[in-house]
Amino acid sequence: MKQSLFTILTNEPLTKDVFRMVLAGDTSAITASGQFVNIQLDGFFLRRPISVCDYDETTLTLVYKVVGQGTEKMSGMQSGEKLDILTGLGNGYNLEKAGDKPALLGGGVGVPPLYNLCKKLIAKGAKPTVILGFNKQDEIFYEEEFKALGAETIVTTVDGSYGVKGFVTDALKDVEYTFFYTCGPEPMLRAIGKAAKTSGQYSFEERMGCGFGACMGCSCKTLTGNKRICKEGPVMESEEIIW
Amino acid sequence: MNTKVNLCGIQLDNPVIPASGTFGFGYEFAEIYDINVLGTFSFKGTTLEPRFGNPTPRIAECTAGMINAVGLQNPGVEKVIAEELPKLKKCFHKPVMANVSGFSVEQYVETCRLLDNEEQVGWLEVNVSCPNVHGGGMSFGTSPEAAAEVTKAVKKVTTKPVIIKLSPNVTDIVSIAKACEDAGADGISLINTLLGMRIDLKRRKPIIANTMGGFSGPAIFPVAVRMVYQVSGAVKIPVIGMGGVQSARDVIEMMMAGATAVQVGAMNLVNPFACKEIIEQLPVEMEKLGIENLSDIKRI
Repeated sequence: MKQSLFTILTNEPLTKDVFRMVLAGDTSAITASGQFVNIQLDGFFLRRPISVCDYDETTLTLVYKVVGQGTEKMSGMQSGEKLDILTGLGNGYNLEKAGDKPALLGGGVGVPPLYNLCKKLIAKGAKPTVILGFNKQDEIFYEEEFKALGAETIVTTVDGSYGVKGFVTDALKDVEYTFFYTCGPEPMLRAIGKAAKTSGQYSFEERMGCGFGACMGCSCKTLTGNKRICKEGPVMESEEIIW
Repeated sequence: MNTKVNLCGIQLDNPVIPASGTFGFGYEFAEIYDINVLGTFSFKGTTLEPRFGNPTPRIAECTAGMINAVGLQNPGVEKVIAEELPKLKKCFHKPVMANVSGFSVEQYVETCRLLDNEEQVGWLEVNVSCPNVHGGGMSFGTSPEAAAEVTKAVKKVTTKPVIIKLSPNVTDIVSIAKACEDAGADGISLINTLLGMRIDLKRRKPIIANTMGGFSGPAIFPVAVRMVYQVSGAVKIPVIGMGGVQSARDVIEMMMAGATAVQVGAMNLVNPFACKEIIEQLPVEMEKLGIENLSDIKRI
């Protein structure tokens, strides 16, 4: 974990309520795809935990949805403004488990952490299939970005307005895969838990106090003992989850 | 500039103490700074049996504060002694404050007895805000008699200073503090969190799964100062002040209200360096105020 100041480079809408913020700063504490950062905002007591969409030596990309007053404030911030951010939080995904053909399953605002994961898997020589699930066409984001990485990318919409009609699990039926990685709303994770033919890793979300393991605000029970979503998570193994 | 204070016969390098439940057993913070700069810290509330605590969500945000309903999640006293304290010894070389909770007098007694044997434990801080399962669920801390009963019973089995941590959710905190003093308490710490609640407007349901929880953070600081002032004026034993402390100035204000030492709680969760920064800032504020020794500060 590291606390440091980041400078906003760009902050732009991708859909009507999903934004992409690119920041410059010290990313050295980020060690794995699927980790998150915790952002302090003026006027709010607790920090905002946001998953890392992408990062390199000097920049951090966050794709976030406006769901409350904190993210609303973030969406109005301008390039040049500075943010106090805790980086390197959580465990992240384990790339070693992927096999040749991993499936990456993202639902809505669960899509972003899969982006850096996909990039790293391709760099390792894997051929990932990415399935991105949304409610309807105007909510879709990052389809082109995943395609640009060279990943086989399928989009599903619940109302059938774009791509495969239905849920990510409907598209997963026709995919051959060696392992899966997922992030999204809990009903989607549960459905994947039932439908999946292999082991996988799930990323969970919870209201957090600190985000670094001190307050026990985000604990959950697993088959391998009590875990803190922010510290031993947010990524859990399919074998340890109690649904 | 001298920041040393004496808490129940043990000298602290400074009066700054991370509060129980906001500092775990120290390791998360030891990863990012040397926690030996602290006066001491109060470790995660420990009970006789392991506890998972309450369902989630356990956290809600408020203006200048937060509500938590963690529900005393901890591995139980045996594991704390067998696993947590040996690890702590490696990164913290000062006496630590052992925070204890219970749901019956017997549970408090047994947990305190076991921790009293531990060399690194300097003080026992007994949280009497938990409900008494034999008393219809009423918290021990809400009646002078029940608080005194716990104090007396714990004192019988311990050799180390016993500090009773009081709840502010009472009509007359002074009478409870005095009852603890009369029952043999070596110190009083206050305030625990204020009972609070937030509602999710979209779902029309409480944000916290447990409906209500403990409200803490800078918003409660004036309430804490007032209660510390009232209690320290009524008892002769040392008082540890806490509740919304976020700066060196707040520490000094608590001491002017009558506190001997000061705990910092919620701020650790938003700024993991809060206590270190407060300790570094203390001499600067002392200089401005013409305070040579922190221990010279008298209750106003």
